[in-house]
Order: sequence, then structure tokens, then C-alpha cells
Amino acid sequence: MTSVDELMDYAEVIERFDPVLGLEVHVELHTNTKMFCGCANLFGGEPNTHVCPTCLGLPGSLPVVNGKAVESAIRIGLALNCEIAEWCRFARKNYFYPDMPKNFQTSQYDEPIAFNGWLDVTLDDGEVVRVEIERAHMEEDTGKSLHVGGATGRIHGAEHSLLDYNRAGVPLIEIVTKPIAGTGERAPEVARAYVTALRDLLKALDVSDVRMDQGSLRCDANVSLMPKGTTEFGTRTETKNVNSLRSVERAVRFEMTRQAAVLAAGGKVVQETRHFDESTGSTSSGRTKETAEDYRYFPEPDLVPIAPSREWVEELRGTLPELPWERRKRIQQEWSLTDAELRDLVNAGAVDLVAATVDAGATPAEARSWWVAYLTKEANARGVELGELGITPAQIARVVALVNSGELTNKLAREVVTGVLAGEGEPEAVVEARGLKVVSDDSALEKAVDEALAAQPDVAAKIRDGKVAAAGAIVGAVMKATKGQADAKKVRDLIIARCS
Amino acid sequence: MPSISRDEVAHLARLARLAVTDDELDLFAGQLDVILQSVATVGDIATADIPPTSHAVPLTNVFREDVVRPSLGQQQALAGAPAAEDGRFRVPRILGEEA
Repeated sequence: MTSVDELMDYAEVIERFDPVLGLEVHVELHTNTKMFCGCANLFGGEPNTHVCPTCLGLPGSLPVVNGKAVESAIRIGLALNCEIAEWCRFARKNYFYPDMPKNFQTSQYDEPIAFNGWLDVTLDDGEVVRVEIERAHMEEDTGKSLHVGGATGRIHGAEHSLLDYNRAGVPLIEIVTKPIAGTGERAPEVARAYVTALRDLLKALDVSDVRMDQGSLRCDANVSLMPKGTTEFGTRTETKNVNSLRSVERAVRFEMTRQAAVLAAGGKVVQETRHFDESTGSTSSGRTKETAEDYRYFPEPDLVPIAPSREWVEELRGTLPELPWERRKRIQQEWSLTDAELRDLVNAGAVDLVAATVDAGATPAEARSWWVAYLTKEANARGVELGELGITPAQIARVVALVNSGELTNKLAREVVTGVLAGEGEPEAVVEARGLKVVSDDSALEKAVDEALAAQPDVAAKIRDGKVAAAGAIVGAVMKATKGQADAKKVRDLIIARCS
Repeated sequence: MPSISRDEVAHLARLARLAVTDDELDLFAGQLDVILQSVATVGDIATADIPPTSHAVPLTNVFREDVVRPSLGQQQALAGAPAAEDGRFRVPRILGEEA
């Protein structure tokens, strides 16, 4: 059914077209309960066990708004520099699709709780792009469909579908950007940086798990192209199923090259929903939209309007934590980092880990050297995030302490960390099991030094003549004899003392 | 000039998944027109100082505490389902049924 799409070379796309993006991010709040009923808001679970008459849309049931969810929505709006509505309503979005058993989704239509904001996002090289926020509104998540009978598990070709409504009614905030134009070749990067910044922000606000892999943060990417020199937006496509930060970037880039090829061949971009395929990095035409998107929105009669008093809004503003960009600025000052050092730290995704390591007793320089310089390489080699590497900030801080107390050399410390990463237990256990203690027993060291001096009498003579530089050869021999478990400086001091 | 056309009635019927015959379309279009025109007389009284009303009760901010309450069990949840499979509601295939 699918033909391979023609793609235009990226450099040519940029030469001939200007991309325009629009990003819609859905974030599931991690409240205890659902948006309109007291069912538990939990990921997974046996199907249809977190459901009740309200979220199943049974006759006679009535919704009641979760106050905590409204609070979270307002805090998100404030953190995104939005205005908060003085009065707004929920609306019914009517459609027939079995993911909502009510045959409508309770959402907000033309009265979002938050609107007109912005978020500054930092690209990898430090350039800052301001993304304007159109609105953030409250709604509820849908149930999960399992399509049975199709070859791919997708909806096409399925014989029937199975529905689990555990997720139906989970509080959802939809955050919509204004059109993002003028970013040119960096558009895919801007898209990723925006979702990254938003994720960090939502995490700092502690309103969501923000797990893209579990669907608690989802991004739909709208992409269109306009020929260079024109200002009228082209026809856009909306790509769904973009489940990782990297996919956001890839999906936008793919759509740009695909649409450019369509336009260059004299064709027209079809306004449609497209589906991103993680394995191929391409998008394909998705479900055909409900006939002409006629949702017949109307104010939800079962829920009274929400009118956040200005006092309440200010009170919530007071609960905003230090936001990621403020924290970065503070950390840069406190740790005396250059812009480049801060960027490396942020790009490595190591800010929290380094801060926790510092809290556990290491200096910022020591902590950064481990996480940014050493462990980032390990994580890349294994294809995992730093935080999933299997070593904690507390463990790194203990390794650092062992080095500082002279019990480990830097070389031995790396071996200890390798052991921890390999699942051999706590740093102290690895030291014990691998026998990695620095040889600090003076008599043992003296014996090794004496043996080395005796083995190389000509070198020993030079040192006695004051040619201290010659001591290096003896240090090497002692280190070899102690299997690298001696402190080189101490060995050197000892050699010179023996020869004077 | 009727306030709702026959085509609009047909469109609404399709959206609501109602199978309406040609004869019924004529009948309902006429009936709905009468209803809409009757309701529209309310608009004659409304003036600029009367805001549109969506809710009859003068309440705002009715919230629930974020406290978990018991859910239905799976069996109970599925009790009224025409078909179920693996603890889930079973529904006919979704695409391809578009009118």
C-alpha cells in the first residue's frame, strides 16, 4: 500500500523553502485521580480496573473537576508566561470513536485556562529561540485501543479493536505553540529543543512524569513549507506517534524533505495526519480524519465555569519552584562555569546528577569530570541515558572521597566505577572484591622501592648525583611491581628520600 | 428562508450515525426549522447587556479533592458490554465504516 516517498536533499530544501512549525504537546498530569472522577490515575494496570460510571460514560453519571488538576494547569500556564483566564468553561468535543465511551471528549474550546505565553529554548550551541505559546488548555485523555487482526497491530486491516479505559479521563494539558517561523535549517533542532525545554519545565513543576516512552508526554508536530521569499504558510501535515526527543527532530526533518519533493514536482501537500515510524525514521499517511472535522463543540452543561481569582493565581505563582533556566544561571555562577562548560553540562543531561553528586560531598569540578567527561562516554557507548547507567550520584561522591583520602588513585577509581557499572555492587565492595586498595603500607612500598633501586643501580646513582628527573624510571618500576596500586607521588617522594 | 437546510440535517444525521431516509429528511428539516425559529425568538429579547447563558446556576469553581475512590471491578465494568475479550471492550473495526 505504501510507495516510497521521494525526498529532497536537506541542503536544497533549505535553499528553496522556509519551514513553519507548530507543536502540540499533550502532557498527562500525575494527580492521584482522574480529571472528572475519583478513579486512580495510574499507568498500566489490569485493563478496565481503574474505571467507574463517570469515565465509562454510563447514563446518569456526572463529572466533578479535580481541583488539583486545575491548580497544575494554572501553574503550567504561569511558568510558560501565559495569561490566566479570569473565567473559562469546559466544552464537549463530539466525535464517534471508541477511545471515548461517552462519544465526546471533555475539553476546552475557545476559552483555554492559559494563553499568550512564551518559552525560551536553548539550542545545542547556546543560541536562544523564543517560542510563542498560543494556549494551554485542560482536557481528558482517551482510552487505549488494541487493534486485532491486522498484520502490524495498526488500525489498517484490523478486524476488531479492544478497548481499555484505564487511561480514559486522565487529566491532560494540551500546550499549543503559535506558528514557529524563521528558524530555517535549524527547525528540526528547534522542535527537539522546545520539547526538551518543556519536559524539563514540567519536571521542575512536578506536575507530570513526563515519560515520552510511556506516553505521559506526547508531541504532535505540524510542519509546512513556504517557498523562499513568500510569506503565506503552506499546507501543513500533522505527525503523530513521535515518542522520543530524537524522534521529534527526525520527524520534522523527514517531513521537510518529503514535502519539498512533493512541491518541487508540482504536487500539492495533502493536509493530513501522518504517523511516524521509529524504525525507519519516516512518516506515512495516517487515519483519514472524521468527515471534515466537525466536532460541534458546545459548553459542557454538567460542569460549571472556572473563575480563578487573582489572589489564587498569585498564590499559585508563589508555589513555582526555581525554573530550569533560573537554576542553570545560578549553577553557572555558583560553580564558576564558562558558557561552554554549562552547555556541555546541560547537553549531557547531567545537571541534576552533578548537583546531586555535589550535594553528596564532591566538588562541582570533581562531579562534572566524572559525569560529563567520563560517564557520558560510557552512556553513549551503551546507548542509554546518563541516569540509566546504573551508578548513583552518591556512589560517585564516595569514589571521589576515596580518591581524596588517598585510598584510590584516579586510575583505580575508574576501575571501581567500571565495577559498579558492571553490577558488582557498592564502590567499597568493588574495592574489596577486586583488591584495588592503594598500597599505602609504607614498609611494603619501601621494600618495592629498594628492590627497584637495586635492580637499576645506574639510575640509582644518577638520582644520588641530584638528577631527580631520573626517578621516573624507578617510579614506573615500583608502580609495575605494585600493579598500579601505589600513589605515584608518594613513591617518588620515597625514592628521593632513599637516595639522599 | 428556513433556518436549517435539508443538507444540514443530512450532515448532522451522518455525524450522529443516524440512518435517515429521504422522506424523513424532508419531514425532520421542516420540524427542526419550526423548533429553531421558535427558540430564536429568545434572541429578540436579548440585548447587549444580557450575556449569553450556558449555565442556569450562578456557580463557579466546583472542585473535588484529589482523593482516590473505589473503581468498578473489571467484571462489573464489562458487565454491560455487548462483547468483551481479554478484559477489554470489544468493538467492530473502526475505519472503513465511514458513511
